Amino acid sequence: MMNDSLFSLVCAGEIFELKAELNSDKKEKKKEAVKKVIASMTVGKDVSALFPDVVNCMQTDNLELKKLVYLYLMNYAKSQPDMAIMAVNTFVKDCEDPNPLIRALAVRTMGCIRVDKITEYLCEPLRKCLKDEDPYVRKTAAVCVAKLHDINAQLVEDQGFLDTLKDLISDSNPMVVANAVAALSEIAESHPNSNLLDLNPQTINKLLTALNECTEWGQIFILDCLANYTPRDDRESQSICERVTPRLSHANSAVVLSAVKVLMKFMEMLPKDLDYYGTLLKKLAPPLVTLLSAEPELQYVALRNINLIVQRRPEILKHEMKVFFVKYNDPIYVKLEKLDIMIRLASQANIAQVLAELKEYATEVDVDFVRKAVRAIGRCAIKVEQSAERCVSTLLDLIQTKVNYVVQEAIVVIKDIFRKYPNKYESVIATLCENLDSLDEPEARAAMIWIVGEYAERIDNADELLESFLEGFHDESTQVQLQLLTAIVKLFLKKPTETQELVQQVLSLATQDSDNPDLRDRGYIYWRLLSTDPVAAKEVVLAEKPLISEETDLIEPTLLEELICHIGTLASVYHKPPSAFVEGSRGVQHKRLPGSSAAGVSEAPPAVIPSQGDLLGDLLNLDLTPPTTTGPPPPSSGMQMGAMDLLGGGLDSLVGYLHSTMGAGFGAPPAAMPASFTAPVSGGLDDLFDLGGGVGMPMGAYSPPKTVWLPAMKAKGLEISGTFARRAGVIQMEMTLTNKAMSVMTDFAIQFNRNSFGLAPAGPLQVLTPLSPNQSIEVTLPLNTVGPVMKMEPLNNLQVAVKNNIDVFYFSCQYPISMLFVEDGKMERQVFLATWKDIPNDNESQFQIKDCHLNSDAASNKLQGSNIFTIAKRTVEGQDMLYQSMKLTNGIWVLAELRVQAGNPNYTVICTCVLYMYLQFNNINIIIIPAA
Amino acid sequence: MIHSLFLINHTGDIFLEKHWKSVISRSVCDYFFEAKEKAVDPENVPPVLQTPHHYLITIYRGKLFFLSVIQTEVPPLFVIEFLHRVADTFQDYFGECSEVIIKDNVVTVYELLEEMLDNGFPLATESNVLKEMIRPPTILRSVVNTLTGSSNVGDTLPTGQLSNIPWRRAGVKYTNNEAYFDVIEEIDAILDKSGTTVFAEIQGVIEACVRLTGMPDLTLSFMNPRLLDDVSFHPCVRFKRWESERVLSFIPPDGNFTLMTYHVSSQNLVAIPVYVKQNISFFETGNCGRLDITIGPKQTMGKTVEGLMVTVHMPKAVLSTNLTASQGNYTYDLATKVLVWDVGKLNPQKLPNLRGSLSMQAGAPKPEENPSLNIDLKIQQLAISGLKVSRLDMYGEKYKPFKGVKYVTKAGKFQVRT
Repeated sequence: MMNDSLFSLVCAGEIFELKAELNSDKKEKKKEAVKKVIASMTVGKDVSALFPDVVNCMQTDNLELKKLVYLYLMNYAKSQPDMAIMAVNTFVKDCEDPNPLIRALAVRTMGCIRVDKITEYLCEPLRKCLKDEDPYVRKTAAVCVAKLHDINAQLVEDQGFLDTLKDLISDSNPMVVANAVAALSEIAESHPNSNLLDLNPQTINKLLTALNECTEWGQIFILDCLANYTPRDDRESQSICERVTPRLSHANSAVVLSAVKVLMKFMEMLPKDLDYYGTLLKKLAPPLVTLLSAEPELQYVALRNINLIVQRRPEILKHEMKVFFVKYNDPIYVKLEKLDIMIRLASQANIAQVLAELKEYATEVDVDFVRKAVRAIGRCAIKVEQSAERCVSTLLDLIQTKVNYVVQEAIVVIKDIFRKYPNKYESVIATLCENLDSLDEPEARAAMIWIVGEYAERIDNADELLESFLEGFHDESTQVQLQLLTAIVKLFLKKPTETQELVQQVLSLATQDSDNPDLRDRGYIYWRLLSTDPVAAKEVVLAEKPLISEETDLIEPTLLEELICHIGTLASVYHKPPSAFVEGSRGVQHKRLPGSSAAGVSEAPPAVIPSQGDLLGDLLNLDLTPPTTTGPPPPSSGMQMGAMDLLGGGLDSLVGYLHSTMGAGFGAPPAAMPASFTAPVSGGLDDLFDLGGGVGMPMGAYSPPKTVWLPAMKAKGLEISGTFARRAGVIQMEMTLTNKAMSVMTDFAIQFNRNSFGLAPAGPLQVLTPLSPNQSIEVTLPLNTVGPVMKMEPLNNLQVAVKNNIDVFYFSCQYPISMLFVEDGKMERQVFLATWKDIPNDNESQFQIKDCHLNSDAASNKLQGSNIFTIAKRTVEGQDMLYQSMKLTNGIWVLAELRVQAGNPNYTVICTCVLYMYLQFNNINIIIIPAA
Repeated sequence: MIHSLFLINHTGDIFLEKHWKSVISRSVCDYFFEAKEKAVDPENVPPVLQTPHHYLITIYRGKLFFLSVIQTEVPPLFVIEFLHRVADTFQDYFGECSEVIIKDNVVTVYELLEEMLDNGFPLATESNVLKEMIRPPTILRSVVNTLTGSSNVGDTLPTGQLSNIPWRRAGVKYTNNEAYFDVIEEIDAILDKSGTTVFAEIQGVIEACVRLTGMPDLTLSFMNPRLLDDVSFHPCVRFKRWESERVLSFIPPDGNFTLMTYHVSSQNLVAIPVYVKQNISFFETGNCGRLDITIGPKQTMGKTVEGLMVTVHMPKAVLSTNLTASQGNYTYDLATKVLVWDVGKLNPQKLPNLRGSLSMQAGAPKPEENPSLNIDLKIQQLAISGLKVSRLDMYGEKYKPFKGVKYVTKAGKFQVRT
């Protein structure tokens, strides 16, 4: 903007000159002047001041001059709407011109003038042009409808232009058909549910005919439109495929990719034993390979799409590994994509070649690429078991190069290889240890520390190594600190006699000298665990870890299916569903592959959700039940002593702090230390349901009955009982203060300790009159959630201090988590689906609520009262599934699936609650796993 | 569809903008500049960028960025193809596609862009059609125009756009009727240290120059069409006849065009015309290294290898070179660290050799990477895949045209790892 005004300043004199020239009598001079004006306009100079003069030049029979003036008009009509009206008459006249070129030009230009007053005049000429005898005019008019729709959608619908446009799909000229399809597709994008492109076998046939004869761009529009069609049966599917296949040989890569999309989609409907299916598979490979010899920008888009295609149908490109080999002068974005696909295609048959290439890449110049190449070697090892040994030796060779970042990446991936193949490659640990000093990246340091801790019994000087890290403990990143803590505890459990001092040192560093709640909590947990039951500690900390697999980097199948339907689009480049990023997400429809099995597509939530429930059970078992160990080893006396020492060390102060609900989540690998969240949540829900059992309860948020929080004997006669409620969006603490002492109490005040959700009193405690003996008073204290945050154990614990004229009293109470569910907790359906899919399985849990005599609708109503919203409901085999969402005050979403078995005579409600929460404390994610 | 286009030079100045819908502020390009800054090399700027309200799709051609802004879900390949078409059109009209030439012809450029897209929908992208509507500037024409007051804009309806053969204009007339075809093959290959082929393929293209009167219908047939299993055609080629008879049957566009491209990847068919013996090593001490490259003929099918050129991107630490070339001459660019050895013709009796020492920055550590060699070469009168045109027939017109086929093999991305 700054520049523009500068420009116009500079041009002031020039504009005066131009004005004179524009009004000249000489045609030639006029034209040159308009050209100069256009030239200034194109470089961003402001020449709008010349508007009336330029418009005056419009009435001419010189086509070039007319075109130039039209160009100018399109640019400036918006800023000078009143002047633009002057041009309308000429436009309308031009729309009647005997020369079709001028008719088309006029209607085209009129559509580009985004001024309401002009669009009114546009309707009549446009209607005529849509039925013009000349196809050139018709095809221009078709696009003009889309323009008009963009400016004034209502007008287009009222004037019936959409129907005319639909008729044009049957036009005799293929170009007109293509433009009509393009215009309709664009209009349909802003009306996702309108049936604008109503595809039936007849229209499909017309489109396929036009496909052969229209321009390359028209072919793209038609192919993209075809991809939205669902054939009735496999025969129709095959015949469409047959007619689309020739497009694979088109020189325009966008045509090729759109054709690939249609084929990939319709292929789903073909029976696999069909000969044609095999032929089609073979035909798909060469065009995809050809795309890779195009310009790098095209290659990039092609590679992103190929990445999807190889995940869906690896057989297409399994013999084409070599085309993905990286050339040293490929742009970096192409290199990285190629690498990704190479790993996806890696198999036992070609792993030798792949590894040789990866090793080559690891000596390249570009650091990002080198790192990714080293990681790729690790991924190969995990993917192709037979190659693991070769991968490890390749990595060792790379470590020998002593190139700093190569060594670090190698160590990170070797850690993963250890996780995948335990007790196989530990012989290399010695080599790794040699490079300890060169590690300066947190990830590599953490990986190395993990290895040392995990294999402490095989490393003679493990204690020395870990001790060396401990020296700079406070300077390390949290990742390293956590890993170091865990590693030293492991070491202690393995070699208790020598490392007692070390473990005490690290525990005190973690618990006393650290401000990081994560680290502190983990420290306390270990401390507590070691001091109470070393045998249990051993079982928990040294538990067998689940193996990792290559599946982790694959795209989730439902998402993949959707993305396959979007091949060639931006969604395929970003590997995200269009709903996740398309501007305003105007209710983009989720597309699905037409599988022969996909019968019940009509329901909104995709069929993948129910399976997660079953999966979940397995997962929880994995995490929660410690593996059966072969009998606890007899603890040495030294260890007992150590543990006793620890006990004395400062545990007393902890007892009150650490709630004894641990143990549930500790079987999980210590990399992510889960805290227990079981009691409050499941309890809360249980309560909600219990209450729901009663008939005729008023709708509204559930509030538990009051309980005594502070008994009189502990508080010099003051008894406080209370509860929490959420009324009209405000969290309230409702208390009854009773004076059981002999004297009058005055000067009440209240304060909260820092707590998990930042609850704090929104105002002072309103006890105005003095509280005389044996008197009770009801107080309601509104709360807000803007107070300081600190994670509590359990999470919903609240420590309160109440002061009166006698003393200060402390008590702690637990608030039902449902208080924190906010009113706008209703998630968009699409968002819900996407989020549900994104949630890592670790974050899910299920439990049952017994004896709830409610049907699903009633339950849903009840829950809504507590701000638990039902997003979708569906019935599978007599079981109602409610998909629900709620949002906590701190913005965390909780998603749940509730299953209600209607046929059960006891009306038992089976509830599968899947909770998803990430709590951010000092930038560290604590994953909360509620357990059954 | 495509909303706007910005042309940006390599220093980051926007020197032309064109909006097909409403005007979008240039500030949208800031996201691109940010990415450009991050990518360091202009080649490495990611082609698809996401901003809060728009998507930016960019191509880099001839030191210029063609940046298009889109707002809705548009196939990115469609946009990229279109941008390349814009660049091709400029090239075709003005002989080159550079900032200076675009600025000189800004009005024609603007007219072209206006004809190529309407509301973001491609309108006329065939050079034949465009030239009918907007005549390319020539010196003669600009002189004539100033004298007669006529213009570059044709006032005929672009008939080609409406017929079933939109690529050919009607009423073409020549006194000399001629049709020439160039079969150009490029070898893309990666050879490893020991000279083994890691990967090789041939990218073939048949470029045509057809100046024939009227509506000729041509048929081009090959001696060995079975070589071609991965092909893409100009829209004029009748795919059905290719499927059934393996001949190219088409009504050609007027002038120069790419008839087909093909791709031979089957390993045994890709002959590697030269071998390279090389040794580039750096010493641990002394800040120096050695370089020794020899090139010899391998599978040349009895033809001469010409235009031989070797390019090496040296590690950053290499300060200067002290080399002797037994043939041709070499240059070392200190700024870009590129060593270019222009060998010329390959003489099988006396193999060209380049050897000598490399001196490095004092105190710099031994370079970790191994520089790859890029080989350039040319073999006239040979299509290395063995593809041969057997005949060209013309139907539909009575005259006898001049016909000609030329073959040439070049190195494409031909790399030797060290």
